[in-house]
Amino acid sequence: MIASRENSIMPCRDPIIRMFRVSKKFGRRYALKDITLEVNAGEFILVTGASGAGKSTLMKLLYLAERVSSGQIIVDGMNLARIRGRKIPFLRRRFGVIFQDFKLIPNRTVYDNVALVLEASGEKPAAVKKRVMKVLTSTGMDAMSGVYPPVLSGGEQQRVAVARALVGKPAIILADEPTGSLDAASAQAILNYLMSYHEKGATIFVASHNMQLVSFAAKSRSIALDQGKLTSTAKML
Amino acid sequence: MVYYFKRAVSDILSNGFLNIITIITIALSILVVSTFALFFENAGRILDSLSNGIRVMAYLEADFNRAEFPGLKNEIMKMKHINDVIFISKEQALALLKKEMSTRKTFLDNLNENPLPDALEIELDPSVKHLDVIGETAASIEKSAQVSDVEYGEKWLQRFVTVLHFFRITGYAMSSLFFLIALFITANTVRLSLYSRREEVEIMRLVGANDSFIVTPFYIEGFLQGILGGSIGLGILFLAYMVLLSSGLEMKTSFCLLFDIRFLSPGYTAVIILSSAFLGWLGCFISLRQFLKN
Repeated sequence: MIASRENSIMPCRDPIIRMFRVSKKFGRRYALKDITLEVNAGEFILVTGASGAGKSTLMKLLYLAERVSSGQIIVDGMNLARIRGRKIPFLRRRFGVIFQDFKLIPNRTVYDNVALVLEASGEKPAAVKKRVMKVLTSTGMDAMSGVYPPVLSGGEQQRVAVARALVGKPAIILADEPTGSLDAASAQAILNYLMSYHEKGATIFVASHNMQLVSFAAKSRSIALDQGKLTSTAKML
Repeated sequence: MVYYFKRAVSDILSNGFLNIITIITIALSILVVSTFALFFENAGRILDSLSNGIRVMAYLEADFNRAEFPGLKNEIMKMKHINDVIFISKEQALALLKKEMSTRKTFLDNLNENPLPDALEIELDPSVKHLDVIGETAASIEKSAQVSDVEYGEKWLQRFVTVLHFFRITGYAMSSLFFLIALFITANTVRLSLYSRREEVEIMRLVGANDSFIVTPFYIEGFLQGILGGSIGLGILFLAYMVLLSSGLEMKTSFCLLFDIRFLSPGYTAVIILSSAFLGWLGCFISLRQFLKN
């Protein structure tokens, strides 16, 4: 299963995400309006915009934390509008999501938080242990595997969140303000992990209001949102 | 399954307070229900032993000729449900009475003549337990010309059965009520537990866990809480039973000694523990169904 995932993140030029005239309304207010976008497999996308521009909503629509009000989203050939409730977990296993507020379970150890992804997809305990320790080592958190998240610093918690996002070897990483509450060094470390994973062929989607991030993401594509509308899309070199 | 079991035990330990409340609630409910069960099991056994081979006394006419006994015995033995017929002469009856009333012997010594009639002690078939059948058999015996009166303690038996019936209905009502109360409290405690862990459940969903992965540890928790609560409830009942038994031994006149009160049979105990486990599971099921809908 992991092997097949490894193959799935090999670069290719076909769109892995297609959004066609996507809108999302909360009440009468548009959080996103008429977004049409194609993302190729292996791309590094930087979604920028001020707070309230719709970056987080865009992310949430992709992993079905929210449903579109109108329009179509196709992820890896799956039309999200047609996905039934029971199939949503299978869609989410294709993503590795990094949240701004980390979303770690406080009464579970670092190891258990990261292992959760593999356990939920039915991996065998031996494979889980091997894979979790490997990813914790790569994010520098192996020594903290038995520690509970509240004891960790913000940077360490975000590294655990990155480890959890990477452990399932997903084809797409969604990172919502991954460096928002971190100091410069921790932010740099998180971006390095993402870049390193991107180099293996994964598609990375990073939402941030921090324009300085653009300079970290070489060869990325920047998408700017303003009040729910797509204002620009530019290839960075 | 091992993973889910470990997860459930770990969750019980990490949410200690709420789990202790649930377990105590189940334990108290099971204590009430099993107290009734203990009463009914013993009452049923006592009733069984009282009605086992029940004896009907047939008092004969004063002018009864003892030579007619074999004919009368034959006549009665031909009736349904009769096991044996024993003749007790008035002299034997008086001697027996004197023996039983040895402390008031002078009262009987002053009698000029024997006031007791000849009698027949008729043993019924042990399979006869229903009061109506006993009554019908006694009525058939009474029809015989030489029999003047028949007695089998019907009023006492009738009263015992009526009281037992009343207690049984009360017991069913109380047990159902306590079961519902326990179910209500268990379901609400689980809901509180879920509410306090809603973020954890939400995170699990976001990382791709399906509903069965999320709810299975909760069901195991409910099941374990039920078994623990049931065992504690039964444990308290057993302690109370032992205290009652030991105080009965000291007093020598205890109800326990008189009627040989026994603790619940293994079968009953197993049924109570399983019901308790079911209670815990059902409480979880009700809460989880609502929680996952939201």
